[in-house]
Amino acid sequence: MTTTTESAGLAQRRRQYQAQAFWKRALKRPEAGALGGAILVFIFFWVMAPPFRQFAAFTTVLYEAATIGIPAVAVALLMIGGEFDLSAGVAVTTSSLAGSMFATQVAGSLWMGVVFALFFSLGVGALNGWLLIRTKLHSFLVTLGSFLMLQGLNIAVTKLITGNVATQDISGMAGFNTLQLIFASNFMIGRAQVSITIFYWLLFIALATWVLLRTKIGNWIFAVGGEADSSRAVGVPVKRVKVGLFMSVGFGCWFLAMHQLFAYDTVQSGAGIGNELLYIAASVVGGCLLTGGYGSAVGSALGAFIFGMSTEGVIYADWDPDWFQFFVGAMLLLATVVNTWIRVRAMRGR
Amino acid sequence: MRHLKRMTVLALSTCALALLAGPANAQQKQMTIAMITHAQPGDTFWDIIRKGANAAAAKDNVKLIYLADPTADKEAQLINNVVEQHVDGIALTLAFPDAEAPAVKAAQKAGIPIVGFNAGVGQWKSQDLLGYAGQDEAVAGKAVGEELNKEGAKNVVCLDQQQGAVQLEARCNGIKDTFKGKSEVLYVTGYDMPTVKARVQAKLQQDPSVDYVVTLGAPFAPVVLDAITASGSKAKVGTFDMSPVAIDLIAKGNIQWAVDQQPYVEGYEAVDMLWLYVTNGDTVGGGEAVLTGPFFVTKDNAEAVAKYAKNGTR
Repeated sequence: MTTTTESAGLAQRRRQYQAQAFWKRALKRPEAGALGGAILVFIFFWVMAPPFRQFAAFTTVLYEAATIGIPAVAVALLMIGGEFDLSAGVAVTTSSLAGSMFATQVAGSLWMGVVFALFFSLGVGALNGWLLIRTKLHSFLVTLGSFLMLQGLNIAVTKLITGNVATQDISGMAGFNTLQLIFASNFMIGRAQVSITIFYWLLFIALATWVLLRTKIGNWIFAVGGEADSSRAVGVPVKRVKVGLFMSVGFGCWFLAMHQLFAYDTVQSGAGIGNELLYIAASVVGGCLLTGGYGSAVGSALGAFIFGMSTEGVIYADWDPDWFQFFVGAMLLLATVVNTWIRVRAMRGR
Repeated sequence: MRHLKRMTVLALSTCALALLAGPANAQQKQMTIAMITHAQPGDTFWDIIRKGANAAAAKDNVKLIYLADPTADKEAQLINNVVEQHVDGIALTLAFPDAEAPAVKAAQKAGIPIVGFNAGVGQWKSQDLLGYAGQDEAVAGKAVGEELNKEGAKNVVCLDQQQGAVQLEARCNGIKDTFKGKSEVLYVTGYDMPTVKARVQAKLQQDPSVDYVVTLGAPFAPVVLDAITASGSKAKVGTFDMSPVAIDLIAKGNIQWAVDQQPYVEGYEAVDMLWLYVTNGDTVGGGEAVLTGPFFVTKDNAEAVAKYAKNGTR
């Protein structure tokens, strides 16, 4: 009699404890703050901007977020691994230029162009990683160098090969339709156009989260970002992990590059500058530490989503366009302050 | 030993790079002219200007230094830079007149003749430049406003890719002056096409009554067409400046028109005006700007223009 009531009470207490622990654990995740910020920004524009409430607006925001989010997922992994990549924004343009020019000028086949661009992007990533390891400089400096070099190469090589600063229209070439279907197709849900990039983005987030939390490589990434020397001492292949991380940024850039190439047919060789900061910002807003060793892939997605909502939301709210960048910046700052507030609260442990 | 070898490789590759960059062509008594613009690197439009400038430089036996930066203080710095190089003449865009004014004064004090082109049609006289080649952007904007009236547009969005550049503002303001309906500016930042598409899409969803979008650069026009399809809008598209793709789309009837300011002529004239002044003391324009536009490219004349656009000179 007494034992049964006692065990029932115990079970109840355990349930309570577990529920609390789950909430606490959830709040302690790196992306918890970003989720709070995202919800806040969402509610804000929902109230302020009636056109923001339609589903079509939501898919527009997601598209903008996806084009930042795809490289940002890889950049987040890299930042957890303790490194920066300032070349990522321009590397997207490099990759689409490489693909387009290889296809039109060398191979005569778009498929070959796509494959060439992939290897090229992975190569740029590997080169960044290799330079980092050989020179032992900070990744900030190494990739600043490659950022500027790629920027110059983009324009110089494009001009050398095509005689112009934009590539030829590739929409007439064989295979364009299939490739466009793969990288840049749109379909309608109701009256809203949805881009396939959104789904690829979700896929990459899931993949990166799985790698980070469920695999040995994930542990290695956290380890090299947190304490590179100690992790080397316990047998983590630090160099290979870092090169691998730079190459995955290369992959992210390639993927977005192929989307841009097949969605917009021609490439302006000056594009992409400044976007590297958006990728880094998305990761940081999403909870990655600038010092490495902490962060999440989901967080980078939420960061990109916050940025997408802020830029589009200002337009939906029809605020004075002269103030556009100011509003975007203010919204980002607001979201990040909320993030940090939530994170600090959660970390206090009670 | 291995280390030494690596050093040699490094040294050799540096030399190779230096060779690639090319030695300056040292001909005797060649005039040196600097061209300084606010171009965003890798923009088709500016490349056409540069081709025009190169053509004039080749004809006039001029060594041309081309430098560009899209931000105000850096463009001003470039002017200072070429003054220190003691060039024989400077052709520049007055996109940021106030920021550039001190550098322009310094150049004039050093006795270097300056002509303006492309941007600063309202400022070149007050800054005492020798001449100006370009489109009066306000005039072009007004012409577009009239065209929009003629076509019966009611609600126009003016898509500006570089907030704060006077010549782009002048176009939108010109439209506002003569256009009888409602007009509004939408800013985008440079050539990040997915962002351009998303923002235009957002604008069209925010205000479904928009029936015309005027882009201030031709590369944006096809992207705006995409955004129009995506948002289910019925808006039409016209553009300032041209590109081969845009001309194709005009011929197909997807884009209504392009306002050509003939950038090739701007680059050519700017260099040629300096050459005339330095070699013969001539000035061109009789105290007024030499207007290179606006010239409307429509479905009717698209084919004739397309030939030159494909070569990258129009």
